[in-house]
Amino acid sequence: MFRIVKKRILNTQVKLMEIEAPFIAKKAEPGQFIILRASENGERIPLTIADFDRDKGTVTIVFQEVGNTTKALGKLNEGDMILDFVGPLGTASHFDNVKKTAIIGGGLGTAISYPQAKKLYGMGVEVHSITGFRNKELIILEEELKAVSNKLIVATDDGSNGVKGFVTDILKNLIEEGNKYDLVIAIGPIPMMKAVCNLTKVLGIKTIVSMNPVMIDGTGMCGGCRLTVGGKVKFACIDGPDFDGHEVDFDEAMRRQNMYKDEEKISQKEHKCNLGV
Amino acid sequence: MANMSLNKVKIPEQDPNIRNKNFLEVALGYTKEMAIEEAQRCLNCKHRPCVSGCPVNVKIPDFIRLVAEGKFEEAYEKIRETNSLPAICGRVCPQENQCEKLCVRGKNGEPVGIGRLERFAADWYMQNIKAKTNNTVKNGRKVAVIGSGPSGLSCAGDLAKLGYDVTIFEAFHVPGGVLMYGIPEFRLPKALVQDEIQTVKDLGVKIETNMVIGKVLSLDEIIELGYEAIFIGSGAGLPSFMGIPGETLNGVYSANEFLTRINLMKAYLFPNCDTPVKVGKNVAVVGGGNVAMDAARSARRLGADNVYIVYRRTEAEMPARKEELHHAKEEGIIFKLLANPTQIFGTDAGWVRGMECIEMELGEPDATGRRKPVVKAGSEFVIDVDTVIIAIGQTPNPLIKNATPGLDTTKWGGIIVKEETGETSKKGVYAGGDAVTGAATVILAMGAGKKAAITIDEYLKNK
Repeated sequence: MFRIVKKRILNTQVKLMEIEAPFIAKKAEPGQFIILRASENGERIPLTIADFDRDKGTVTIVFQEVGNTTKALGKLNEGDMILDFVGPLGTASHFDNVKKTAIIGGGLGTAISYPQAKKLYGMGVEVHSITGFRNKELIILEEELKAVSNKLIVATDDGSNGVKGFVTDILKNLIEEGNKYDLVIAIGPIPMMKAVCNLTKVLGIKTIVSMNPVMIDGTGMCGGCRLTVGGKVKFACIDGPDFDGHEVDFDEAMRRQNMYKDEEKISQKEHKCNLGV
Repeated sequence: MANMSLNKVKIPEQDPNIRNKNFLEVALGYTKEMAIEEAQRCLNCKHRPCVSGCPVNVKIPDFIRLVAEGKFEEAYEKIRETNSLPAICGRVCPQENQCEKLCVRGKNGEPVGIGRLERFAADWYMQNIKAKTNNTVKNGRKVAVIGSGPSGLSCAGDLAKLGYDVTIFEAFHVPGGVLMYGIPEFRLPKALVQDEIQTVKDLGVKIETNMVIGKVLSLDEIIELGYEAIFIGSGAGLPSFMGIPGETLNGVYSANEFLTRINLMKAYLFPNCDTPVKVGKNVAVVGGGNVAMDAARSARRLGADNVYIVYRRTEAEMPARKEELHHAKEEGIIFKLLANPTQIFGTDAGWVRGMECIEMELGEPDATGRRKPVVKAGSEFVIDVDTVIIAIGQTPNPLIKNATPGLDTTKWGGIIVKEETGETSKKGVYAGGDAVTGAATVILAMGAGKKAAITIDEYLKNK
């Protein structure tokens, strides 16, 4: 069992939790993920690690309440226990010879772009963070990102925070203004990552994306998370979750993401909560 | 006076047309009377050929004599002297290739039902006897075991009996490995697996779940934590795919994924359990081993109208147990033999709509002695299926290998060990089971775990 030591509500749908998991905290690196299970009949769901504190022995997760597990998780409070919490899984992000980077987070993806920004900023890289949300109520982790970015632009689809536009437009503007990035990191919904990659491919800027497909074990055992990268089948859980965005077959990834859409609806309708909360 | 009947006492089974709609156990087990009657068929031969056929050398005639005398508790204890998991072995061991193959009674008629009697003794014990306190004197020395499948449990149990302080690190949220994620409920009930694991824990073995070794801890870090030796029993978890077009379509599963969803995550209880599985109406399972049979029979139970086993050789070459083949046929599984998939077709939305196969014929024997399948040119045909399950084998998971410099492995990822001792190329590190051999049987893995326990004991005594 793993204790929740801190809970923060980031917006109406998104929550942050700091989990006591000293072994994982000791080893975790940006780009890696954990798998958790919230109840005896629950699914195993992967969540990319949003932060970690080796001294305190904690791992931070940020999640949106969309399915049974994340909804059950959201009801837990500080001091409560998470049944199963396993990691750090996947291959850590690898950065070589980066001088200036643009890190793009779309919606919840912002939580995963944060540890990447923190790491690169800490390495002395010039970090420009761009985050996009539907409206200003949904903005998360603005202060945290500001602290690890040389420049932060928060955009909203409806312009309700004063900066209207999609992250791709913002990135394009920054490049047109003369910013020369040697690496772009894009993390968010698949259509957003695809759009960013379409732009950077033309411009020849290396782009890393973080994939989050359906998986069970997270150790290479089931193969449910397979995706096509550069014409080859890869397992996101061990070969990723970071991949070269110019090589990923996003259309296939999107299709596989929706494999259990019908079951998800049934599951939420029929679900009886087993947590007793 | 021995019972000279030529046939085994029949084991009651659920009717095929009822059981192919449920996940309850197929074979129901002997009653006391049936067990005694079958036990009386054993001649208690002096040369005991059956014992040498058992990878863990269960004292077969001794336990069977105790069953015949109605001393079931003693019978169980006799088995447990050399076998930590009798309820499991009694169900899933291929006895026909091991102990029963060598049984003298088998020369004229059927061999003694050794597996059925082992199962009976174990089930009787677990239903009737409470856990006994363990009086082993602990020697205070720590040994780590990676993986709580058959080899790990067997190694851990034997070391605990010798007084070692054993901790098993398990990657999943429950212990059992392939016994939990791979073998279906209807062949091996999961509650029973947990009961049997409890008997290993009763020996003092600790099990830490949610620990993916190679990620959360390296082997060197385990040693830094005070463990003096390590046994790797991490299994063969990496599914093989065919490398044909269409394998990433929605509706294509590895048998590992399909079975893990159903067994470990209990997708057959969906939506009462959250993990779903897509079965479809027409299912093709590619492969001819026990895993293929398990996947096919599970698909049938989950409501598929037509379930095909697609296998490139003939029934004679199938690696599956005869009993499993027989059960699969009884349950309505359709066999498409001498057929090999060439591509999987998808709908515009990316779902499986059919699988193209090509006919094969048998040529010369290959390295395994089985006749090699050869393509019949121009014989392509398509089966209409909406689900494809690939059950063509698993290889060892490379996680530990990749995280452990100095641990030698074969080209296909098997950990290299000295066969007699289980020693790896890394000092103090031993390995056994599917992590060494690639996918094999529960009992071979247990035998390897046992062997390693003996070597580890010798190593630590001399250290």
